[in-house]
Amino acid sequence: MKILVPVKRVIDYNVKVRVKSDGSGVDLANIKMSMNPFDEIALEEAIRIKEAGKADEIIAVSIGASQSQETLRTALAMGADRAILVVATDDVNQDIEPLDVAKILHAIVVEERTDLILCGKQAIDNDMNATAQMLSALMGCSQATFASKIELAGEKIKVTREVDGGLQVVEVTLPSVISVDLRLNEPRYASLPNIMKAKRKPLEQKEPKDFNVLVKNRLEIIETNEPAERMAGIKVSSVDELVEKLKNDAGVI
Amino acid sequence: MDQVLNQENALLLTTVRKFLEEEILPYEDEVDKTGEVNPELGKQIEKRAKEIGLFAANLPTEVGGGGLDYRSMMVLEREYGKTSHALHSWIARPTEILLACDEEQRQEFLYPCVRGEKRELFALTEPGAGSDVMGMKSNAVKDGDDWVLNGSKHFISGPCMPDFAIVFAVTGEDKTKRGIRKRITAFLVNRGEKGFDIKEGTKCVSYRGYKTFALNFDDVRLSKRTVLGKEGEGLKLSGKWLGMGRIWVGASCCGKAERMISLASEWAADRKQFGQPIGKFQGIGFRLADMAVGLRAADLMVNDAVDKAENKIMKDEDAAMVKLFCSEMVNKVADDTVQIFGGMGLMEEMPIQRLWRDSRLERIWDGTSEIQRHIIARSILRPLGA
Ligand SMILES: Cc1cc2nc3c(=O)[nH]c(=O)nc-3n(C[C@H](O)[C@H](O)[C@H](O)COP(=O)(O)OP(=O)(O)OC[C@H]3O[C@@H](n4cnc5c(N)ncnc54)[C@H](O)[C@@H]3O)c2cc1C
Repeated sequence: MKILVPVKRVIDYNVKVRVKSDGSGVDLANIKMSMNPFDEIALEEAIRIKEAGKADEIIAVSIGASQSQETLRTALAMGADRAILVVATDDVNQDIEPLDVAKILHAIVVEERTDLILCGKQAIDNDMNATAQMLSALMGCSQATFASKIELAGEKIKVTREVDGGLQVVEVTLPSVISVDLRLNEPRYASLPNIMKAKRKPLEQKEPKDFNVLVKNRLEIIETNEPAERMAGIKVSSVDELVEKLKNDAGVI
Repeated sequence: MDQVLNQENALLLTTVRKFLEEEILPYEDEVDKTGEVNPELGKQIEKRAKEIGLFAANLPTEVGGGGLDYRSMMVLEREYGKTSHALHSWIARPTEILLACDEEQRQEFLYPCVRGEKRELFALTEPGAGSDVMGMKSNAVKDGDDWVLNGSKHFISGPCMPDFAIVFAVTGEDKTKRGIRKRITAFLVNRGEKGFDIKEGTKCVSYRGYKTFALNFDDVRLSKRTVLGKEGEGLKLSGKWLGMGRIWVGASCCGKAERMISLASEWAADRKQFGQPIGKFQGIGFRLADMAVGLRAADLMVNDAVDKAENKIMKDEDAAMVKLFCSEMVNKVADDTVQIFGGMGLMEEMPIQRLWRDSRLERIWDGTSEIQRHIIARSILRPLGA
């Protein structure tokens, strides 16, 4: 079985994000970029499935500017077998929207005959949470989102989903698209020998037109705002004072 | 500094940072307070370092090492410099001097070090011979096919009790143009050898928990197989690698300075006095600017030396300049960081005082700043006949 793992290059989660002065988006100039943390979790899961002897090959795909190659190298160093880079824009500030991403992924799934697609539940830059669902719709196959546990048994996969107020267990049949949540696993970091090996792993470069997809954004960003600044807290000296403040100042109890 | 790194080194940087975050930084305070690294913790760092491939990464793959080039080692040493030798020295980088071992010696000493089964010490300094290496009194005298070693060493450091030491001793004299010169030879001496006594030395306030040892040799009988390299060529051998050691000191000073500058900058932006962040006062802001420039210059010097080393054109004075500049820089940064933190900088709960204490050693070991200047001055004057 082949597993496809789409990985997105996003602003590093440790970076303090700044909004561009014209409000058109977030300032990405000279900012540290990394693999979307949820995609790292998806990749880690794919590697574990392969290590357990239940998959033969892991293909990492990234769709975006050519700089996404770095993200793919990271994926290869972590343990993906090969990578496909789809250069869909030459502007690092352009976000490729979920539908176009899903269409390109769909074409790759068909071409590569992959049965299992493991994705992050969302990218931490735009928080869309849509690609996995759209891809499954295009493929006309099963989907399981927000996975916190994935158990393979032949053609069936038991997925524990994190839903509001608890866990839900579903069973899907391959082919399937699974989007993963934070608590699924702890991704490894690349070991030195794997970093060295990654250099020699194949990385294929493609364009959307190779898959007959025309990338065009449908959404227009009107405004981007910094979150309101948090007010400094205060220290209370007793439980009584806390209750008093919650009642009278905050008015929450 | 965001350095221009190729993709592998960028990945390496991510890996080593995560490693330090998970395996080392959580233990810094405890180790500094107790002055001890629990051997179990040491073994755990060793084990994880092996799994991730950081162990013996400096040695060539032919001998089982990680085969990293100088640029990659620079990336590692710079990150290690952010924390304490007491901890990161468990991620062994066995001394390259061991590459001079012949095959039989490799089996006994080099390979076990690469596998993490043995630990070595590098024993040059003596109570009466620090900067003045040639003042060395330890000596080995030929007796039949054997050597008989006498003398003592101190300040010989490592993370834990070693299995053997590379011991430098006088084995004769040569007449040279500049007068009589001692012949110095390196010996591989196993702990447990009759007459070889090794004890933990007094505790050092830099890198608490990193151990120094005092070695004593009383008629220690060594077979001729224990000579590392050639008889009389001990210093040539150590000199070949000491230069790189000085570059690594430079790189680690840059890492430490980066950590302190980041702490000092955050503090200067947060701490308010007279109604504004203290960083807005020129007295503090300009200080931060100078710290950043010092670090940038030091990083460039390290990179330049690495370029030279990769191209095999690095000279003693190049290494001396790097060691001198970077170690002085990190001490200026440490002092300024304490100043920016004010009283808080000296409080035990804060890492500042520890980094300040740790920085101080950098101007002393691997050749003091004075000795580095001596090397540089000599390289300037000698060609002029002075
Ligand atoms: C924690 C620690 C670990 C160490 N680890 C090792 C190790 O593993 N192996 C090893 O072999 N050694 C080790 N050393 C020894 C270290 O290299 C020496 O301390 C260093 O070389 C200085 O020697 P010294 O301490 O005897 O100082 P001294 O040589 O006595 O110097 C005292 C002062 O005099 C100055 N001075 C000396 N000569 C001159 C001169 N010609 N011109 C101007 N000024 C001069 C020095 O710069 C210094 O300021 C370690 C030391 C420490 C503290």
